[in-house]
Amino acid sequence: MEHITLLIGIVIVTALVFDFTNGFHDTANAMATTISTGALKPKTAVAMSAVLNLAGAFLSIEVAKTISSGIIDEGSGIQPEVIFAGLVGAIIWNLLTWLAGLPSSSSHALMGGLLGATVASVGLGAVNGGTVVMKVLIPAIAAPLVAGLAALLATRLTYRAARNADEQQTAKGYRTGQITSAALVSLAHGTNDAQKTMGVITLALITGGVIAPEADPPMWVIVSAGLAIALGTYLGGWRIIRTMGNGITDIKPPQGFAAQTSAAVTILASSHIGFSLSTTHVCSGAVMGSGVGRKGGVVRWSTAGRMVAGWGLTLPAAGIVAAGAALLAQQGDWGVTTVAVLAVATSAGIWLLSRRQPVDHTNVNDVSLPGTSGPEPAGVVTAALRSVSPPPPAAAPAPAPAPAPANSKAGSNGGPHSTPEDAAAPGQHSEAEAERQRAASTLG
Amino acid sequence: MDIDWAALGQVFGVSLVATIALVGVFTLGIVGASSGRTQSAHGGGASVLARTGSYACFALCAAAVAYGIYIITAP
Repeated sequence: MEHITLLIGIVIVTALVFDFTNGFHDTANAMATTISTGALKPKTAVAMSAVLNLAGAFLSIEVAKTISSGIIDEGSGIQPEVIFAGLVGAIIWNLLTWLAGLPSSSSHALMGGLLGATVASVGLGAVNGGTVVMKVLIPAIAAPLVAGLAALLATRLTYRAARNADEQQTAKGYRTGQITSAALVSLAHGTNDAQKTMGVITLALITGGVIAPEADPPMWVIVSAGLAIALGTYLGGWRIIRTMGNGITDIKPPQGFAAQTSAAVTILASSHIGFSLSTTHVCSGAVMGSGVGRKGGVVRWSTAGRMVAGWGLTLPAAGIVAAGAALLAQQGDWGVTTVAVLAVATSAGIWLLSRRQPVDHTNVNDVSLPGTSGPEPAGVVTAALRSVSPPPPAAAPAPAPAPAPANSKAGSNGGPHSTPEDAAAPGQHSEAEAERQRAASTLG
Repeated sequence: MDIDWAALGQVFGVSLVATIALVGVFTLGIVGASSGRTQSAHGGGASVLARTGSYACFALCAAAVAYGIYIITAP
């Protein structure tokens, strides 16, 4: 790695930051239901997921050949500036959706970012319109339907089959099954998503002439990509975990098991058959399905609607940010510097906004807070999402009837009293988040 | 525009069948294990049968998990 130019260096660092946001954005996919049913303690769950993500990064040596999954024509020579701008767009969108507590696909954010940056710098000609429909739109609609239906039927089945069994005895079994399924999801995530970052870095190294075309990624690329995604997973996107685990529906152990198993099966089936579905969409769909499947289960469709609206916005929003970044970055060194400074400033701003109502492992199961970003003004995106989706007031009263079971399950946090505590002493819970931010800002 | 309906249908079918089969078998396993335990006070062959059946169910699930890991590692 002798002749790495400054620009290539910046691209590598940005790719690792994206990998990090990818990790903490997607912790919820594997662990949200595990945490909300109390199968694992929050910290244990994210630690386990982090280790499996790291292991997953080393498991498969087949690196993603096309970082954009064929959406843009990479053969025509994609510039490092364009990759950089695309990554910035993806990172900003990941952070904004995290602030709003919305599970959204990191892969779609990356695709959208690269798409926007390419259109801004090369033009529409380099975009394969058909592939966009095939790789983005259809899977986004299909994934929650497939996983949701499977989870719905599985929930019905398991409740029916175990209706005469002792709930105390079966809960332990459900717990084990759920943890196993969640572990598989984590492992698959590490294999898929860490590969994506490795692909980006390798492509940047090839464009910069550091390594030969068709070369395998150097070991340090694999190690750093694995570590970045594991670190992100460990720090945990608690806001998203809360939305997925408590915001959409209240999850009981059989539902958690059914949802997580259907998610694991769907992810493995789709990647094996070659029709890749977004992990986030699959898991959200599975949680909704299990909510419908239980008798008396309530799905908060306003939260679900806002989430789906977020999925629709992911590609264009990341694309627009990336397009702006690409236009700036192509002005030369000062443009790249400006984009980098703006990106760091925006990330810091988003983090500061998040401190107003912190969510971490201590209050992640606290249902007294609605599963979304809450009443505070959370920024442009939340406002935009609110305007396209049913108004949030519907979400506020919905959680009220349900807090008792979820709190007794969680055990460690005794209900609503932790809310004023958080407001009074935000510094107390902020250590993990602060650490994360420090890591992010030194990387960026 | 070329939508691969066959692959989509395959994903749909495989996910549905495999999920339901796995969840069904696992549920049978835990139901068998718990009924084996509650009836063991009375003794008798039923509880032994239930426990053996539940172990078979868990073994099946473990095989499914192993296959899952195989799918993840093999490209």
